[in-house]
Amino acid sequence: MRHRPARGSGFGIAARYPGRPRTLRCRPYDARVSSARAERLVNLVLCLLSTRQFLTAERIRATVPGYADATSDEAFFRMFERDKTELRELGVPLETGRRSAFDTVEGYRIARGDYELGDVDLDAEEAAAVALAGSLWDSPELSGAAHGALVKLRAAGVEVDETRGSVQPRVRAAEPAFAPLLAAVQAGQVVRFDHRRGGPTGDVVRRTVEPWGVVSWRGRWYLVGHDRDRADVRSFRLSRVIPPVTALGEPGAVTVPPGTDLMAYVRSTFESGPVTGTARLWVAEGQAHGLRRLGRVVGPREHGGHPGDELEIDLRSERTVARWLAGHGPDVVVLRPPELAKLVRDNWIGVLAAHTPPDGAAP
Amino acid sequence: MTGGGVTDRLPRLLNLVPYLLARPGIPITEAAADFGISERQLRRDLELLWMCGLPGYGPGDLVDLSFAGDTVTVTEDAGMRRPLRLTTAEATALLVALRTLGEAPGIVDTAAVRRATAKIERAVGDAGLTTVAVDLTREEEATTAAVRTALEQRRALRIRYYTAGRDAVSQRVIDPMRLLLVEGRGYLEAWCRRAEGVRLFRLDRVEDVERLDEPAAPPPDAEPTDVSAGLFRPRAEHRTAVLEVAPEARWIAEYYPVDEVVELDGAANAPGTARVLLRYADPGWLVRLVLGLGGGARVLEPPEVAAAVAERARTALAGLDEAASPQVGSTT
Repeated sequence: MRHRPARGSGFGIAARYPGRPRTLRCRPYDARVSSARAERLVNLVLCLLSTRQFLTAERIRATVPGYADATSDEAFFRMFERDKTELRELGVPLETGRRSAFDTVEGYRIARGDYELGDVDLDAEEAAAVALAGSLWDSPELSGAAHGALVKLRAAGVEVDETRGSVQPRVRAAEPAFAPLLAAVQAGQVVRFDHRRGGPTGDVVRRTVEPWGVVSWRGRWYLVGHDRDRADVRSFRLSRVIPPVTALGEPGAVTVPPGTDLMAYVRSTFESGPVTGTARLWVAEGQAHGLRRLGRVVGPREHGGHPGDELEIDLRSERTVARWLAGHGPDVVVLRPPELAKLVRDNWIGVLAAHTPPDGAAP
Repeated sequence: MTGGGVTDRLPRLLNLVPYLLARPGIPITEAAADFGISERQLRRDLELLWMCGLPGYGPGDLVDLSFAGDTVTVTEDAGMRRPLRLTTAEATALLVALRTLGEAPGIVDTAAVRRATAKIERAVGDAGLTTVAVDLTREEEATTAAVRTALEQRRALRIRYYTAGRDAVSQRVIDPMRLLLVEGRGYLEAWCRRAEGVRLFRLDRVEDVERLDEPAAPPPDAEPTDVSAGLFRPRAEHRTAVLEVAPEARWIAEYYPVDEVVELDGAANAPGTARVLLRYADPGWLVRLVLGLGGGARVLEPPEVAAAVAERARTALAGLDEAASPQVGSTT
């Protein structure tokens, strides 16, 4: 079966290649317009790829089938400007320049080496890894871009099979602020947004930030950038950014300082600090399994006549450890250091006070 | 799926010729599936490409196609031999994903991932790749590798598993179904024979793995977990507690599944106090949480949890006082 629609917008092609019959197919008007534009753009790419010299707009107008439809100079330039923007947005490396020092008008070309995807030769295992990576993202922005990458790899001859295996990695980015912030990061554009300090009901502060990147750490997304209001590097948890995110100024205005390690920054901000010492605990027999998993059992020990074990654990943030130990109530006793023992004890006193009715009667 | 506007269609048109060039005689249905479009749309695209070319240079400057049965072959490419290079967004999405997987030992074949990463980096160049970074929790590599092998060989496993909600360790025989990486962590989805249901086991809480000789046999009606909306799904057996939370303990509303946060204003409350509706499955878990908050959270409902919290705190303090004066009555 051969499809031979007429070349709708070429001039003289059918005459040059008489094998192609001129039967005009009718499409709905809108479809015809968008198809004509798509066809013109493909032809423009072919034209600019085929030239080594810079071609002037006039020359392009005469060469690319489709621009013949332009009824006036103004209509042509409007069309041509739109087409250039479309190609640049797609990532087509459109170069401008002059053929010689005597030329008065700028010309255009596409350097094939910049246009074409380099050779990619993947074995079956590597292709499987790429397919898996392509399905990692669970956010429309990133999964759309990853899908676009896979389509191009396939067009480069790589066989990427996306059928799901028994391993399914997913990285979600469901925060409404994710898309505009990622777009601003990739465009290098300053952003302004409202940020809720300290969680769901904290106070709201307006921030102006030069965005450097977005980071997922321990399943949560953060924006890292230069906070202009505080004149310093800051990270913002995305779930605390309240849309809308407004982009300010020109794209490309943000420069990330060389050597910036976004992940290291987020990690250093949120990770509990280095081990500052150890603590010894008594843990009741058969209790506090979570603690036992993180500590080392030193040996059996009785406390107040109750059987149990002595445990050694690493100390980072004393407050966090105290909170955690206090949760176990009478099943855990801090043997040392005394500061930690006091924090745990104060914790219980606070809990008891909060849960005792104000009239003093025990519940 | 429709063919979309020019913005969707143009990249596809530019990709189609090199794609077909690499696969002479490919069935049209297969090509349509690879591009995620209908066969009808693909035929429209091919018709359009057939109309493309530059006048006057000769037959090699036109796109030409030949159809045989339900297959298609490119006979003239008009110079469109390679796809367009990856955009910054595409390169970022793919390479960050690859690097992320490359740092997940045990979940995937990391050697293959690293080789693929290097090859793709070489092909696309390093385009703005520092803008997105993802960290995955490092699991015990030996455990993860054992789980992956069991999955590949379709064998049942006996595991020792720590359940944080109950703060307990248990032995279970499970039939592995899939490995999942969700919200930065690795999970094994399996049929749990003890619970008689599909469960997600966090890999870093699997303490011990023993591969059994019997095959993995999850019941045919075992439904995979839908993790598209996150891991926490409200279930009928979940209960709701009402807590009054002071500013220093507010983080719990972000950390744990809450249904509602109500700001409490007025002279009776300290500024920044909120009432929080928190979902929980195990009362013991809630008691431990509140016991650790040092009075920053007060349980309003249910009353039996409030009473249990007070009782645990009182007993713990009494135990300390007892221990502080152990000599009383025993020195003589």
